[in-house]
Amino acid sequence: MAETTYAPPADIDALRSRALIAGAAGLVACGIGFIVDRDHFFRSWLIAYLLFLGIALGSMGLLMIQHLSGGAWGVFRRIFEASSRTLPLLAILFLPIVLGMGTLYSWTHPEHVQADEVLQHKAVYLNTGFFLLRAFIYFAGWILIAWTMTRWSRRQDEGDMSVNLRLQYLSGGGIVFYAFAATFAGIDWVMSINPHWFSTLFGFIFIGGHGLAALSFTIVISAFLVRRAPMEQILKPGHFHDLGKLSLAFVMLWAYFNFSQYMLVYAANLVEEVPYFVARISHGWQFLAIFLVLFQFAVPFLLLLSRDLKRMPHRLVWVSLALLLVRYIDLFMLVSPEFASTGANLHMLEGEHASGFFVHWLDLAAPLAVGGLWLWMFLTQLAQRPLVAFADPYLREALQSSGGH
Amino acid sequence: MAHDAPAVTLHGLMAEFDTPTALVHAAERARLEGYREMDAYSPIPVEELSEALGLRRTRLPRLVFAGGILGGLAGYGLEYWSQAIAYPLNIGGRPYHSWPHFIPVTFETTVLGAALAAFIGMWALNRLPQPYHPVFNVPAFARASVDRFFLCIEATDPKFDRHATWKFLESLHPVGVAEVAP
Repeated sequence: MAETTYAPPADIDALRSRALIAGAAGLVACGIGFIVDRDHFFRSWLIAYLLFLGIALGSMGLLMIQHLSGGAWGVFRRIFEASSRTLPLLAILFLPIVLGMGTLYSWTHPEHVQADEVLQHKAVYLNTGFFLLRAFIYFAGWILIAWTMTRWSRRQDEGDMSVNLRLQYLSGGGIVFYAFAATFAGIDWVMSINPHWFSTLFGFIFIGGHGLAALSFTIVISAFLVRRAPMEQILKPGHFHDLGKLSLAFVMLWAYFNFSQYMLVYAANLVEEVPYFVARISHGWQFLAIFLVLFQFAVPFLLLLSRDLKRMPHRLVWVSLALLLVRYIDLFMLVSPEFASTGANLHMLEGEHASGFFVHWLDLAAPLAVGGLWLWMFLTQLAQRPLVAFADPYLREALQSSGGH
Repeated sequence: MAHDAPAVTLHGLMAEFDTPTALVHAAERARLEGYREMDAYSPIPVEELSEALGLRRTRLPRLVFAGGILGGLAGYGLEYWSQAIAYPLNIGGRPYHSWPHFIPVTFETTVLGAALAAFIGMWALNRLPQPYHPVFNVPAFARASVDRFFLCIEATDPKFDRHATWKFLESLHPVGVAEVAP
């Protein structure tokens, strides 16, 4: 078995070109949207972008946790690595958000800040220059971590065992950087859409979402790979069992963070915090709220309790695909109620405003564009290296045991 | 050999192995041979063993689930009864049935109910505590909690035959085979 090259299956290429076609079609649609309905384009792009950024960052987080914890789930390392190498593409796909800052964030307009004392106090942090500098720091850090991890992982493949310990040190520091950067990115890119609102749990909600999205995506890709050589020899029901259990944990974590935030706001009943939830439990948004409680918590929680389901990739994959869809709807719920159905940020409109539930056709086009391009990039990266990190010191254990448990 | 004098009834025959791999292998062979009433003893958890022995899935998960649901209902019921019926207090103008405040307690009692069901259920399903068990009649069994691995084929097995089973166990290259007095 040590002699095999673990070369990726050939039909990854077919999937790759399909992803690229889907991405191109989505881009054309988004281009039309940019011309005819610019406000909605920026909002939809931000939501779709956050989903795929979450998969990439969550995968990088799981990769670093894997290096730190060791153990038998190293069989998924290449998927995490390929996912984290999509970050340069994601840095490029961030540019429309920079272009759309004026639409997305009310604090970018000086005349708006002048009329609002709270925003004047927040201007030290919420100003265009510092926002861009922070975004640059996040991406520079994330890309540097992903790039270094890949470089050392290649050295490990070549037999240089001195990188093993260094990978662990980098992972330790990298996780701290990732958690801080992702927290601030959540504040900058999502929370500041409503610049008066704040929640200390928001960063955790953001990062927990990354973990859930990354795990779901890893299960989907693994379920695809397990039906083909070489992974059909390597991935065992126990490995899917492990990912399924982690998914269950992240589903509970999502519920825990979101409920904690809700309960604290409910208990404190403060005028700065309550509007966020009022906007989401009225004017039609309440149905989406109930949907999320049911389908991002109750139903997947009960399904993932089943041992048999977690051990059957062809069933587990449907739960994971559904979870990815629900992640998108959850991000939609984080962003959209802060916008009017015209696409304008509610906090930029004069007077009191409430938004009624709406969906725009760009909410389908944007995930197609970002998702297609991202998946193409991911598969390109996945196809470049052997599918198994054969030099990983824990790999023997990972292959022998049928899972980490 | 006294073939037709089963003077002493047996609990079973027990083979001793010195590696977990040998034990799993022996259990697999015994199952292929047609033995069903058997048990294995090991100082460390051996993951493949329950599959090799062909153990049925236990009812424990369902018990735990039921315990969790009962605990959750009891916790929520306690909150509801005390806050909305027995001693209603107006706190900041909120409704008496302020369900978000009830969830932490409900969560805790759910975990408590599930944990108690797991703990008590595990003892009950394993028929513990069991002050006497025949396997301890074999002196070598003292090492079952140190460094030896045992497979016991019980006399209640329809295929059990004192001589044939002994021969079969011998064929597995154990460290030793012993009769287990009842």
